[in-house]
Formats: sequence, structure tokens, C-alpha cells
Amino acid sequence: MKLIYEKSQSGRRASLIPRHDGLPAPELPEELRRREPPRLPEVPEFELVRHFTELSTRNFGVDTGFYPLGSCTMKYNPRINERLVALPGFANLHPLQDESGAQGALELEWRLQEILAEVTGLHAVSLQPAAGSQGELTGLMLVRAYFEDRGESEQRRKVVIPDTAHGTNPASVTMAGYEVTHVKTDPRGNIDVDDLRERVDEHTAALMLTNPSTLGLFDENIEQIAEIFHGAGALMYYDGANLNAVCGISRPGDMGFDIVHINLHKTFSQPHGGGGPGGGPVAVRDILEPYLPVPVVVRRDDDRFALEFDRPKTIGKVRGYTGPFGVFVRSYAFIRMYGPRLREMSEAAVLNANYVLARLKDAYDLPFDRLCMHEFVLSARNLKRDHGITATDVAKRLMDYGFHPPTIYFPLVVPEALMIEPTESETKQTLDAFCDAMLAIAREAAAEPELLKSAPHDRPVQRLDEVRAAKQPIVTYGFGEHPDLAAGRLPVTVEAPKGA
Amino acid sequence: MSHPYLALTDEDRQAMLETIGVGSVDELFRELPAGVRLGRPLDLEPPLNEHELAAHLGALAARNTDTTRELSFLGAGIYDHYVPAVVDTVLQRGELLTAYTPYQPEMSQGVLQAIFEYQTAICELTGMDVSNASGYDGTTVAADACFIAKHATGRTRVVVTEATNPQVRQVVKTYAPGFGLEVVEVPHRAGTTDAEELRAAAEDAAAVIFQQPNVFGCLEPAPELAAVANDAGALAVAHVDPLSLGVLEAPGRYGCAIALGEGQAAGNFPAYGGPHYGFLAARRDFIRRMPGRIVGETVDAAGERGYVLTLQTREQHIRREKATSNITTNQTLLALGGLVYLTWLGPQGLRELGETCLSLAAYAKEQLVERAKLELVFSDRTTFKEFAVRVGRNAREVVAAARERGVHPGYALGRDYAGMDDVLLVAVTEKRTPEEIDRLADVLAEVAA
Repeated sequence: MKLIYEKSQSGRRASLIPRHDGLPAPELPEELRRREPPRLPEVPEFELVRHFTELSTRNFGVDTGFYPLGSCTMKYNPRINERLVALPGFANLHPLQDESGAQGALELEWRLQEILAEVTGLHAVSLQPAAGSQGELTGLMLVRAYFEDRGESEQRRKVVIPDTAHGTNPASVTMAGYEVTHVKTDPRGNIDVDDLRERVDEHTAALMLTNPSTLGLFDENIEQIAEIFHGAGALMYYDGANLNAVCGISRPGDMGFDIVHINLHKTFSQPHGGGGPGGGPVAVRDILEPYLPVPVVVRRDDDRFALEFDRPKTIGKVRGYTGPFGVFVRSYAFIRMYGPRLREMSEAAVLNANYVLARLKDAYDLPFDRLCMHEFVLSARNLKRDHGITATDVAKRLMDYGFHPPTIYFPLVVPEALMIEPTESETKQTLDAFCDAMLAIAREAAAEPELLKSAPHDRPVQRLDEVRAAKQPIVTYGFGEHPDLAAGRLPVTVEAPKGA
Repeated sequence: MSHPYLALTDEDRQAMLETIGVGSVDELFRELPAGVRLGRPLDLEPPLNEHELAAHLGALAARNTDTTRELSFLGAGIYDHYVPAVVDTVLQRGELLTAYTPYQPEMSQGVLQAIFEYQTAICELTGMDVSNASGYDGTTVAADACFIAKHATGRTRVVVTEATNPQVRQVVKTYAPGFGLEVVEVPHRAGTTDAEELRAAAEDAAAVIFQQPNVFGCLEPAPELAAVANDAGALAVAHVDPLSLGVLEAPGRYGCAIALGEGQAAGNFPAYGGPHYGFLAARRDFIRRMPGRIVGETVDAAGERGYVLTLQTREQHIRREKATSNITTNQTLLALGGLVYLTWLGPQGLRELGETCLSLAAYAKEQLVERAKLELVFSDRTTFKEFAVRVGRNAREVVAAARERGVHPGYALGRDYAGMDDVLLVAVTEKRTPEEIDRLADVLAEVAA
């Protein structure tokens, strides 16, 4: 399909901008004035609507169909939340509005903080971080501030991360100025406690752990792990990516964690938006509260809500204002629809995952044969060994059956990984249809492997050449000079420096 | 009891437990040590139905004074520009709203092509070669630029002008210690940055970050500031208002390495601070140091054009602790709103919008000086859509008094700048009318000293 720029025609427009006669028309200094206008599209309004509607038909969301993308918690996004977030009192509220004119917004933020403290079993919450990975970074900044305050920041330079962790964990460690210490996974899929003991000492600042892990397994030794870290004077950080498994069942604070981030776009249903927005609030134990980012939303004695800036030990600010407020509106609304019944939400997520696992484990390789939590990881290595079929082939063939593929090739400790997270939203009929498709694909791998290798067959495009895209990056439309890749003419690319 | 967001019936549950081979849902959690189980219901308020929920949040929203209920001249980084209906229409398409990161390109050509179009629009606006598919907001992209600059230059200091938005400066300062960077601020002189003073600070700096128009609304001598940075071998980083770029020169045309900013003004509602999108674009030299998602064009197995996430070896899920950033979830939907908005504007609309803002702000300055007898703080400077004015007494009190008269006259700068307790920052977007500006002048004439 054409790019919007290829539909553009000079002289067309979708907007009329207010103009006023008789007002001053200030001259800008010559050297600051724009010389050539940007080549933005020129289309009438209806053309715009058609273009983006057509783009949407070439996309697949949770609204389109089952989306078991492991670790991403692709659950239903209630439509009432979209209506609520668009209320003028929320959408048109300026973040620098005087507190007296923002009492409703501040109350909502305060209430969400209280709820998240209860769900995580911790003491204080900052809503400011914009996503999970920013929550991680914020958490590590809190760790640093805590140890600086205790005079141990020079000594404690290491953060321990299991080999099953999301890539964001080690990346956040680097951005926070720490060094990564890796720890192994044992044969049951837990952290290898013996390996851990050898790696935790007076130089350790913290552990970063997802529990249940990215394998979808609850770490059975979590109490022992907490003892090891707290015994060494280190802190425990909980990556809340998998919180959807344990709401109302087990709380990170009760497991011994000192800092937790919560992915509001996963567990609490902020729509994923094709990549974002998200929300990554951080909850902490009382010893870490003085370091939280400012401003903090507080309730005063007279029941007024206020922003508190005067926190001498604060790490500062990780994002503008109080955070992504619209995300808070949606997540608060979602949680209020459940209340204490959040437990049923997590139970359904875990039941669905175990059911799909039970139906698929004979056809695919199961690296850790245990009950799973809200997700599980299979391996296509049996298909690869027997028929030359990879996890990618399985994923692409699933598209032909009308399903979004699971996460593949992650976690890294499982070869040909297929990471499946059904969430609580799905009916048994949908789960059965997905299982039937997965079983059919396993049979096709033996009978008709070519069918899988050439999949998908009815998407808007066939398999795309990702290597070519990375080798000679074309990252903007070139207008008159745009290369025609289909015709085999390649653009001249400048040799760029290698990565950081 | 069933729940509108849950799908299983009792019969379903029974059949599923049998397939799994356990007797109850509780048994699915048997691997959790007893000591870490909650053992009681969460202490939360009882569930609501949709009727009750709508009433409850409606009541909370009604306790806010938004820009439809008060004549607002608030800005300082977030602006009350018009958001056209087509933005809502596109962003509410479920296929776009409820999808995630396009890891599987065959399922995601819609979002991928939209991001490619967004990258193009941002590069056209800023005069740059490569744009990522969004940072969190206008503050965190400045921190991202510091990380790029550190690795590109190997230097350990960044310079930020004091006339850069305080929220941006604060975020940069919060991130910097982890990057091993020291932050140096260069004061403004009568509302803008002095190039020679900047030169002294820029020596051995990894980056020089300035804002155009700056926090006071004044136009910086941006080409001179960029030249100073380039002379020092530092990356010139311009924090720009996207809606100024129809009338103001693109940073890429005056020597900047990186252009970034807050995207809210272009297509997002103020929404009490978010979610919005931060844009970040750079010269091609920095393509492999960019943080976050980038979409590239390629072909499919049949030779047809298509789009994929590209240069992923920069990213955390491949490179882990050596990644160019930890970012994964970003602000794609809001950036898509930006693309729809910029398409709605077109080049002509963008220029006219800039001209209208310039005119209305100039008219507001006139009226506040002549009618309200106030003094402009930086009367010699050229401004865009925002300016600073002295109100003769504590500006917070003036805000409170004006609000009683239905006007939010601007942002009191005293919290962020010493000696500015009596200064109000007034923003004028194309949504304001000359009559509304007259009303502002009348109210300020009444409540200012």
C-alpha cells in the first residue's frame, strides 16, 4: 500500500487554522526563519481517515484475536476506560494547574498509590516512571541513593540478575552505573541457590528478579534467596512484569522484596498501543521512601490532596510532572472493577495457562515439567531436530490460523523457545482453538514442512527480509529519491559507526 | 460469580482442571511456599459495575478545572493546542490501540508503516536523517541524548542551558550520575544564552543542550549556540517545540547533531502530564547509537515492499547490558497521534499555526503592557508563543486571584528561577482569541499590583 507521502498532492489540506486580521505580525530574525518547509503530507481530511483506516486493517490487536505474546500480558482493554480518559476534566487538565483545580486528578493518583501499595505489600509508591524499564532504572537509582546515604555506594557496585531475565534488567543496570553479575538457573527452573551464594557478598547492591520468572515458574526458594541478600546487606528488586500471576495470592513485599515496579500496561490493562504507552510505578519498603522521585502525591490532614516537592533525599525526577496520568485513569478504573476479586483474575490467568500447557506438552518439548503460573515456555527443538522446523516457522504458521504468535526465542536459556501467555480474558473455546492449531502445526511439521517454511500465506505481506533492512537501513521516505527495493536498486548508504 | 472481564464458566473450570490433572484452582499454586502466600483477601474497596465506575470517575473528573472550564494561558512545556477529531478516530481503532510492539511484522504492517511515516515526518520537521519511534516524553529524550553523547565522544560532562525547561534539566540531572556524567548549567543573560559564555563551558563537553524557543519563550541565537558546541567537539542538541518548526529553522539546517522535544503540542491532549511522546532525531552518524525502536523498509519473500523493526542489535532484548538504552515499551500510540496531527496540518497548516501563535502572543504582549500596565521581563527579545511578564507581586497570589475570575493567567516561575517570584509565564496558542486575550489583560489589570 502507498505511503501517505505518496498520496500527497500540493494544494490539498485537511485543516483550517484560525487567522486574525489586524493583529501584529512580528518578523522573525532572518537567521532563525525557516527556509524550506517540511514535506509533510498534503491530503484532504477524508483521505487521511481512509489511509489510517487501511493501515489499521493491516494490523492485529487483542481486539482482532487471540494474542498469547508471552511476558506482555495481552488482555482485554475495557472500552469504558477509553471513554473515561477522554472526559474533559482529565484530557484537558494542564499538569501545572494549581492544586486547588486538580483535586480530582490528585485524588485518583493518591488512591492508585494506595491500591498498588496493598497489591505489592509495600509501603510507599511513586507513579512517575513511564514504563517498566524506567521503573527498573528508577528502582536502581533508589538503591544507589540508599547506599550513598549509608556510605556504602563505593563498596556495593554489583547487581545480580538471573540468566532468564528480560533484557531490560541488564540494560537498566548499565544505565544506572552498576555492573551485572549473572546467576544460573537450576534444573527445576529456579535460581541456582548454590551458584547464588558464591556471587552475593559485601559488594552486592541488589538482586533483580522476576517472580514468577520469564519461564512462568514461581521460584520455590524465594524465602531463602531473600535471606541471602538481606543477610549480605543488599536489597531485593522485583520486576513486576509477571504480577498478573499473583495478584491477591502472593505479594512481592511478603516475599522479601524491597522495591517493585508494576507494569500498568500489562497487569492493569492500559492498552499497549502498538508499542506503548505504558506505566511503571515503583513501590518501596519504608526505608526507601525518602528517596522517591518528586513530586509525591500526599493527602493532607484536612483531606486536601497535594504535591510534595520538599523531599531532601529524593533522587530527583525521572519524567515530567507526576507521570502518565491517562494510564493511571485506565488502570485505576480497571482495578476498581475488580476490587479484591483481582485474585480471581490471577487465578483465571494461571488456570488458562496450565490448561494450554497440558494440551500442548506432548507435541512440543517442555524444558521444565512443572505446574506453570500465568505463562509457560515450550521448545520447538523436537520439531527442529526431527523436521527442520524452527520456532519462527511455528509462529508464522500460527498466523494462517488467525492467531498472533507467542513470544519466540526468549528466554534465552531455552532453545527454539515459544513463550505462551493466554491471560485471563479468553474463553475456553478460544484456548481450544489455539491448542488445536498448535497441535495441527506439530503434525504439519512432519507431513508438510514446506507449508510451515513458506508461512504466512494470507497476511498483507509474506516473510520480510530483516537482514536486508538492517544492512542498508532505509528509515525515512526519500520522496523523489526514494529507492525502489522491489526493483533491486539500492540506495547509497554512509558507513556508520558500530554500536555503543 | 461471573465478571464482565472474565470468561470461564464453572463447567469450563471443571473440565480444564481435569485436563490439567489437579483437583482445584488452589492446587495450581501448590509450589508457592506457605510463608509467602497472602492468606486473606486484598484490602481493596468492593468491585464496581460499569454504571458505578462511570459515576465515580465522572465525579473525580468534575473536581478538576480543565481548560474547557477556565480561560487558560498555562504552558511551560505542555500546551493547550487544538486536537482534531481525526486523531481520536485513528487512535481508537482497536487494531492499533490493542496491539503491541511489532515483533511479528506480518501481523503489524499497519503500525510499522505508520511508524515509518512518523519517522519521516519528524525528520522533515527537524531536518535530521533518523528518528526513533518515540521516547517517554520531552524530558527523558534529553537524558537519552546524554547517553548517546557520552558514548559518541567518550567525554564525561554535559552542558545544559539554564533557560532550558526545568523539568528537562531535573531529569537530566537525575539520570546523569548513572551515566558517569557531570551536568553543568550555563545561566541566561536577559532571557537568552550568551554564546561566548557557553563557549567556555562547552570545552570538553560531550553535549550542549539548549532549548529553542527557550523556557521563557525567547528565541535563542540557536545557530551560534550550535556552532559553539561543534567547535568544542560536543554534540549540539536542540530541544525544540515541534509546532514552531513551520516558522523557525530546522535544527538540522544549523548544525545540530540531535533534535528532540516534547511531542504533546502536536496531537496529544494535556492530560495532566501524559501519556505523551518524546521525539528524538539525529544525523545519520548516530543511527547505531539511537535508543529505542526504529522501523526500516525492506521487501518480503515475493519482493513486495514492507516494514520491520530494524537495527535491533542496538536494543536491550538482544544486546542486554551493552544496549544503547533500556527502553522497550515506548509511546507509539501517542506518536501515531502526532503523525495524524501533522498530516492534518500539512506544511501550510503548520506554517499558519506558527504565524497565528506569533501574532496572538505579540498581541497579548501589547495588551499586557498597554492595558494592564505590566512590564515584560525580557522586552528586547523575540518570542514565539510564550513570554514572561512581571506582575508586581507574588505571581502565585496573582494566579489565585485571577482564577477566582475564571482566568488561569499562566505559570508562576518563582519555583524554578530565583528572583522571579513576581514573574508569570504566559502561553498563547492558536486556540485563544483576541477577545480572550483582552479578558486576560483586564483581569491582570485588576489583580496585579
